[in-house]
Amino acid sequence: MSHDIAILGVGMHPWGKWGRNFTEYGVKAARDALADSGVAWQDIGFVSGAATMRCGYPGYVAGATFAQALGWQGAEVNTSYAACASGSQALAAARSKILSGACEVALVVGADTTPKGFLAPQKGERPDDPDWVRFRLGITNPTYFALYARRRMEMYGDTQDDFARVKVKNAEHGFENPNARYRKKFTADDVAASNMVADPLRLMDICATSDGGAALVVSSLEYARKIGRGDAVKVAAISTVTPTYASAVIEMPDIATDSAAVVEAHSFRAALPVKAYEEAGISPQDVSVAEVYDLSTALELDWMEDLQLCERGQAARLVRDGVTKVGGRLPVNPSGGLACFGEAVPAQAIAQVCELTWQLRGQAGARQVNNAQVGITANQGLFGHGSSVILKR
Amino acid sequence: MSEETNAAAGTKTRQPALEGWFTLNQDQPHLIGNQCNRCGTYYFPRARHFCKNPACDGEQFDDVELSRTGRVWSFTNAEYQPPPPYVAAEPFVPFTIAAVELAKEKMIVLGQVVAGVNPSDLKAGMEMELVLDTLFEDDSAEHITWKWKPVASNHHES
Repeated sequence: MSHDIAILGVGMHPWGKWGRNFTEYGVKAARDALADSGVAWQDIGFVSGAATMRCGYPGYVAGATFAQALGWQGAEVNTSYAACASGSQALAAARSKILSGACEVALVVGADTTPKGFLAPQKGERPDDPDWVRFRLGITNPTYFALYARRRMEMYGDTQDDFARVKVKNAEHGFENPNARYRKKFTADDVAASNMVADPLRLMDICATSDGGAALVVSSLEYARKIGRGDAVKVAAISTVTPTYASAVIEMPDIATDSAAVVEAHSFRAALPVKAYEEAGISPQDVSVAEVYDLSTALELDWMEDLQLCERGQAARLVRDGVTKVGGRLPVNPSGGLACFGEAVPAQAIAQVCELTWQLRGQAGARQVNNAQVGITANQGLFGHGSSVILKR
Repeated sequence: MSEETNAAAGTKTRQPALEGWFTLNQDQPHLIGNQCNRCGTYYFPRARHFCKNPACDGEQFDDVELSRTGRVWSFTNAEYQPPPPYVAAEPFVPFTIAAVELAKEKMIVLGQVVAGVNPSDLKAGMEMELVLDTLFEDDSAEHITWKWKPVASNHHES
């Protein structure tokens, strides 16, 4: 049985630090996605929201918040929270509803309004919470990104110049993207001149947090054909697998890995796309474009290897050779990635799907990937949340 | 340290910043983990209630002192002051952080590195040992944590 569903419409609110209510971004993105799909709001049978934890109760019930703001019309609602994978889980909930026959066409929305500075834990003395403990010891999110980056330097000989190349490449991509927050062609010198945050990563190696919103209108293939959209881009796979014990890599917010003394260690990042490839019946060699979670420049290189787009340790060479640039053989983050967007947690995984949809439709303008047939996303967040989505023509 | 701060420190109690996470033996400190008495998996911090190995339904754990030496898996530093609950000195002093792999437990443990050791002094595979040091001081106490320190044999004479 096919697990495919159709993407009829996509929409985004530009990323930035707008400081307005997240609902506004979500509604703008949703209206754009509805207009793009040609489906009337009243015909949506299911609203699947990705939650935000930073905007009070309306954020916890994001699906209902967006449905109410768009005008209650009786649709069923759902809200998903899975850290950085929230958007993918909202999409997965919509897909389940569609494939079970409970709904023909659904709206998936995520939006966020973010505070300034480091993401910090909840207040109070909470030594039982690993997130509290690591901040107490002075271990922030960039600490983990920097440990992974330094590990690449120690294992594969990657350099800070390689990491800067990722930033320069993504900045060139994002320059062409009207939804990106940072639209400037930064140079390697700009990266080198930015402040060191967590050696070897500088400020411009690490992504910011942003406000933004993204939405999808998705349907059964039958519904798509019925409205004359049989040629719509399809979701071929959604992987939201959890890790397998024991963790091979030190994961945020933990202070230690699991012990691999009696069981084998597994890399979570590497496991995420495996299920997606299997479900889609697509191999890494078939991928034309990837949108990966570049929380840091160096992490984009890890993802390329975890997605099996190249051998372990080879990612920096591909960047040096221009392979991952638009115009190269295998563009990575043609949207500009988190480097140009900054992270708007519940919207980010949906935004990745928006970008791949535009790429596969051939509507990406100056950042268009040549003949894009198959696209894959990847992201990972706290507490074993992650996702990988495959789109195909 | 000036005589003044020495005198001030002398009046303060030393207490662990995290209660029960490490022994307070100043010369040979250990992290306190535990071990499932059914499958033998190690835990740090200590497991409670249930073993996390999916193939094991153990619920009993024995406290163990973890290896107090290991090898550097990776390292970094904090050049910006972390947000609370981190308690920063005034002015903030950047510190180095290491991820150290314990061979017997097959586990990587994070920790600050003792003052005076910079990222440029470290390499993957370098041997590190566990020491106790001040995490922060407040009016009443000196709050102690574990830190990693390169073992003496790593230092090449220049």
